[in-house]
Amino acid sequence: MTIAVAILPEQQLAALNATYRKAVARKRLRLLAGFALFVAALIVASIGAEVNLRTFFTYFGNFVSYFDRLLTLENGQRVWTDFGEWFWGWHKWLKLLGETLLISYVGTLGGAVLAFLLNFLAAENTSPAAWLRFTVRRLLEFARTVPGIVFALIFVIAFGLGPMAGVLAIAIHSTGALGKLFSEIVENADMKPVEGIRSTGASWVACMRFAILPQVSAGYASYALLRFEINVREASVMGFVGAGGIGQELIVAIRKFYYSDVSAILVTIIVTVFLIDITTGWVRGRLFGREART
Amino acid sequence: MTRPQEVDTAQIRARYPDVFDRPASARLATPLMLGAALAIFVFGLVNLDFSPQRFFAGLSQLGWISLMMIPPDPGSSLPVYLKALGETLSIALLGTTLAAVFALPVSLLAARNVVPSKILRFPVRRLLDSIRGIDTLIWALVWINVVGLGPFAGVLAIAVSDFGAFGKLFSEAIEGADQKQVEGIRASGGSALHEIRFGLLPQVLPVIAGQVLYFIESNTRSATIIGIVGAGGIGLQLAEQIRVLEWQKVSFLILMILVAVAAIDFVSGKLRFAIIGRRAVA
Repeated sequence: MTIAVAILPEQQLAALNATYRKAVARKRLRLLAGFALFVAALIVASIGAEVNLRTFFTYFGNFVSYFDRLLTLENGQRVWTDFGEWFWGWHKWLKLLGETLLISYVGTLGGAVLAFLLNFLAAENTSPAAWLRFTVRRLLEFARTVPGIVFALIFVIAFGLGPMAGVLAIAIHSTGALGKLFSEIVENADMKPVEGIRSTGASWVACMRFAILPQVSAGYASYALLRFEINVREASVMGFVGAGGIGQELIVAIRKFYYSDVSAILVTIIVTVFLIDITTGWVRGRLFGREART
Repeated sequence: MTRPQEVDTAQIRARYPDVFDRPASARLATPLMLGAALAIFVFGLVNLDFSPQRFFAGLSQLGWISLMMIPPDPGSSLPVYLKALGETLSIALLGTTLAAVFALPVSLLAARNVVPSKILRFPVRRLLDSIRGIDTLIWALVWINVVGLGPFAGVLAIAVSDFGAFGKLFSEAIEGADQKQVEGIRASGGSALHEIRFGLLPQVLPVIAGQVLYFIESNTRSATIIGIVGAGGIGLQLAEQIRVLEWQKVSFLILMILVAVAAIDFVSGKLRFAIIGRRAVA
């Protein structure tokens, strides 16, 4: 038994098909135009960035052999054959790594406190005056957009070489980033408690303390911990411009081609970042339950 | 006249023990944690050579520097700066695109619903993690050793460090995709490649496009700093002018960066909006 499938009459079908093709063709054309534009932008960009594939392929061997040399000790052995030789400077490096962690901790906490003080002024629903909100927002935007290492370059000149410049640079950059996130949490907070407290004649500060803060403090802590993770990475390169931490040792090793030292320091940095990621993830999980762990 | 009813505190205490008599661990947890945080903070300040007079001397120095920055003035080097800015934007665009192109196939390998075998997924994920653990600036230094000073090293640095980030983000997007469409393709006799092409990619491409645009934005920022170690772009000019204390030029360069980042923000915001609609922008 055959099943008859109902097919529209030839003419009607042709008309429908034509419309369909036209619709699809338009979409395809738009996609194609966008793609062509993108490729054109890429070509312009690659001329601007002096991309030279010839150099790249000539020197690509260098890249491979660079890693090969990174994993070779001075006596020609592979690094993992002699851990004592590979990590010969572990005492010094661990100390610098501790300094890096302290820089990011102090910087993050300082930035978080500043952001905490400013964020109620920047949030739409709690700011006491529009001009104040505008100023604070522009300030935070500035602190967030200028990269931390540029602040570090300037602070090294103002405050002198050393970890202090790094701490302040990280603190300012974190203020900008956290201030924005914090004020977004405040904007999502429930305003009914504020009305309740307001109706008892409380001041603005009391409203913030007793109505908003209990709703948002968990979110604050979560973002601050996340920022700490990011800042550990950032602090590891602060030494490049003389602002303390393990970066100083790393840039010397890279510039002077102490290959096995470079790989040893990189491994310690990666392991530290791993450990910090895992620890803060665990702490956030403990503090705020599973849903905050994203 | 009625007096307010006498409150029997003892009875209330007895009725709600978990409000009035919280165990010591619950009552002391927050102050203890804050105390510990503060202690580490103070220890850090001491350990890192903070001293009030150094701090205030530095602040007054900073005040002088900010005064000298006004008004921003490029001097005669405006064309050079504009070229450097173009270089920075090129680095960001090329680096992000390269990273996205290479990260897409690798992210499939790291996604649980594409590669069920844990033995294969584990090394890929750890590789991506290690790449992300190293800062862009460090990658820039490594690539400078390989291809020499200049913007090309910057492109490669951004490409490599974003490759790690994209690999993770893309694989998360793929894991979040709906399996029903993949099953549908399989039921109609499609191969594994068909499943990915027609079942997965249509779902995840808009998400991925949004992320790539967002990264182009944030990479404009990263691209400004890799010049500090010699990998081209406006950072090179900025670091030089800071080192020779030409503060008016420094403030001009910073302004240029701010304007460029704001412009890119605006454009990519619009584009993201067009690609994935209002919902996913937030």
